[in-house]
Amino acid sequence: MSKINKRIIEEKAFKIVMHTVCAAVVLIFLIMLATIVIKGLPGLNLKMLTHQPLRGSYAEGGGGILNAILGSVYLALGATFLAGLIGIPVALFINVYLKKNSRFATLIRFSFDVLWGIPSIVYGAFGFIIMIFFHMRSSLLAGIITIAFLELPIMTRAADSILKMVPLELKEISLSLGATRFETAFRIIFKQAFPGILTAILIGLGRGIGDAAAVMFTAGYTDSLPTSLFRPVATLPLAIFYQLGTPFPEVQQRGYTSALVLMLVILFISIFSRILTKRFQQNVLR
Amino acid sequence: MNNPIRTNLLSVSYGQHQALNDVSIEIPARKITAIIGPSGCGKSTLLKVFNRLLELNDDIIISGEVFVDGQDIYDKGVDVYSLRKKMGLLPQKPFPLPMSIFENVAYGLKIHNHLGKGKLEGLVEHYLKEASLWDEVKDRLHAHAAKLSIGQQQRLCLARGLAIEPEIILGDEPTSALDPFSAERIERKLIELKKRYTIVVVTHNIQQAIRLADYVVFLYYGKVVEADTADKVFKSPQSLMTQAYIKGEFLDEVWFDKEARLINKVAQGEGI
Amino acid sequence: MLTKRTIKDILAKHAMFFLACAVSLLVIFIFGGLFFKSSTILKNKPLAELLFSVDWHPSRGNFGFAPFIMGTIWVTVVAIFLAVPASLLTAIFLAEYAHKKIRGVIKPVLDLLAGISPVIFGVFGILVIVPFVGNGLKPFCEKFLGFIPFFRSDNFTGYSVLSAGIVLAIMIFPTMAQVAEEVVNSVPQETRESSLALGATKWETIKYVVVKKAGAGIIAAIILGLSRAFGETIAVLMVVGNVIKVPHSLFDAAYTLPALIANNYGEMMSIPLYDSALLLAALILLAVTVFFNIGAWFILLRIEKSYV
Repeated sequence: MSKINKRIIEEKAFKIVMHTVCAAVVLIFLIMLATIVIKGLPGLNLKMLTHQPLRGSYAEGGGGILNAILGSVYLALGATFLAGLIGIPVALFINVYLKKNSRFATLIRFSFDVLWGIPSIVYGAFGFIIMIFFHMRSSLLAGIITIAFLELPIMTRAADSILKMVPLELKEISLSLGATRFETAFRIIFKQAFPGILTAILIGLGRGIGDAAAVMFTAGYTDSLPTSLFRPVATLPLAIFYQLGTPFPEVQQRGYTSALVLMLVILFISIFSRILTKRFQQNVLR
Repeated sequence: MNNPIRTNLLSVSYGQHQALNDVSIEIPARKITAIIGPSGCGKSTLLKVFNRLLELNDDIIISGEVFVDGQDIYDKGVDVYSLRKKMGLLPQKPFPLPMSIFENVAYGLKIHNHLGKGKLEGLVEHYLKEASLWDEVKDRLHAHAAKLSIGQQQRLCLARGLAIEPEIILGDEPTSALDPFSAERIERKLIELKKRYTIVVVTHNIQQAIRLADYVVFLYYGKVVEADTADKVFKSPQSLMTQAYIKGEFLDEVWFDKEARLINKVAQGEGI
Repeated sequence: MLTKRTIKDILAKHAMFFLACAVSLLVIFIFGGLFFKSSTILKNKPLAELLFSVDWHPSRGNFGFAPFIMGTIWVTVVAIFLAVPASLLTAIFLAEYAHKKIRGVIKPVLDLLAGISPVIFGVFGILVIVPFVGNGLKPFCEKFLGFIPFFRSDNFTGYSVLSAGIVLAIMIFPTMAQVAEEVVNSVPQETRESSLALGATKWETIKYVVVKKAGAGIIAAIILGLSRAFGETIAVLMVVGNVIKVPHSLFDAAYTLPALIANNYGEMMSIPLYDSALLLAALILLAVTVFFNIGAWFILLRIEKSYV
């Protein structure tokens, strides 16, 4: 009898611990949101979002963070486009052109898994080497290329795992109608998996827009608005990092507001991709 | 040249497992040929050999010859896409493509021809009528195909297959996922279509084979046990196994080994 | 017999094949590039000196990576120590116990948490974790556990190994929990049933059967978290204190390899060998993370094969 009790008590105790851990996770997440909102909200106004920093503003503050917002948008969109242009066809290639247990497919998947694990600072260093090799200066273009490398494995892995779930029959039917593999890949499989692929792209975008370590070397930083692919650009993560590093409260406030903006953007992308996935799934067959 | 499909000593194996073993059959034109046999006996494999979809699987080894319209389809330089265009496939479960009803039928048409919008609409209507689906969907051609009932979906698959103007229709247990009423509609349709098409249907439903088939191929563990006209196979089967299978008796490996002895027993008047 | 469509198909095949090859070779390119650039310093200094010397004075030509390597290891170990139990319990809870509604809350939170930018974690660290460690945990531990050197430090602030470890633990937690949950979910239902049928409680079944079956996969999840923690840059950099010294206590400030690269790339062209040294740091990071990931990959592959 007492033995049974001990066993049941152990289970109950662990259940309580598990509930606590999960509650703690949600709590930490909420505290994080709250902290960023409370710190960033006072600085959030139209001027902050629509102006670039005033000159010499690292000592005084004034002006806004438009340079970083625009820079991040250009950089992340460019990189996502580039990564998608390479990653999505590769994912389709693995799933439509190659057989299920093809060695080459395994090799490609293996490479992507390894690439996925490489830290962003290493991508930054690699981007930096490429820059030196081509005698480029830090610029929007260099940043786009580096972030594209970073996003590529994230996006391709996500797209691949979606495409793996597309039933083989669909491929067979399209081929049985005399379609080529190319037509099957882009007209049928792509369409069927579209919500999933979109989510994969958005996951890549979210990662790209939030990364700081890789763009430090390659995109540089500037107070002016981005005008050219060959000029340095500011990005939100670095705006946060540099502005919090100054001892001036007004400049720090800009940093906190940048953090709020960045967090809202990333949350928006995450939630948007969830909604999209759900909506599209209604039309997709299993 | 009378028989559009002919195989000669065709063997297929998936890695270690031999799915088809020295199959030599002929499929007559403008008739319904039923491939029957218990599940897992290579019926679907045989069907997929014809339109070369089998190549999508891993570790496939194919030997022997398959002729479609007199051409060995496993020759090098065969245009596999125009080969597949010759054959419309009716899948086991209806699998509409992820697009509208209209687009499903138009898909094959668009791939193979360049048609104006009006022409395309006319053809889509024609093939939907051909599959007896038109009246049910004419008001919602641009609804997503997934919204149709499962029986309607299968007729959509038929229309889609007919739209590529094939000479041959391949049905892979085309009614197994359907309710009896929808299944009957498909069967009637197939009988109607055999005037113009060569039809090959895989089924494990003997009643269906009796209703539909002009010609029957009985496959067991990858081997052809019997292949003849439906009349002969169903009324006076040559092999004991066919007899047993048609009657719905147990068929297990023992039969395969003992058949010779069983025949002896029958000959001695012991019966089964 | 080549039609326009078949030509398109074949062209696309070759283009995609080329892309796939290029991407597969990317790891090797990155290795090659970093190795090429760091070979300068590897030729000039013995590897043992680089790895084990604590003397880091680039302007004097001394490049001892030991403080950074030790700092990175400390921070990673603390993060793993905190995150592993939490993520495993969460994974088991989600896979075995949680009601659908609770799962519907926790899983999106994990997704969102996994997607949040490292910089945001850094800001959160500065605003919440560092004060918590500096004003709360540190005085408390020194008062009650101060006799253990592990908990004693002359660092006056909360910018420390522990702060970085906590921030990192929160960052790697979602990834580890998600992978571990998948692994636990993939344990066949029959395995559970056969244990339950013998009269075991659910918890006993999990403890003795499920965890054992999922063991390799759980290790893979931990390895993935480990490599994430090892290479994280900006969030750690913001809270670890950045003092070039081998840490001896949880409350010491430290300096990590990624932080070293990020903080000094600006001046690396001005001092001889400096650029090569920093890229060597990147090469070390790359080698370690790639090693970890390959290990995890093979473990997960074996599991996938055994359940198919």
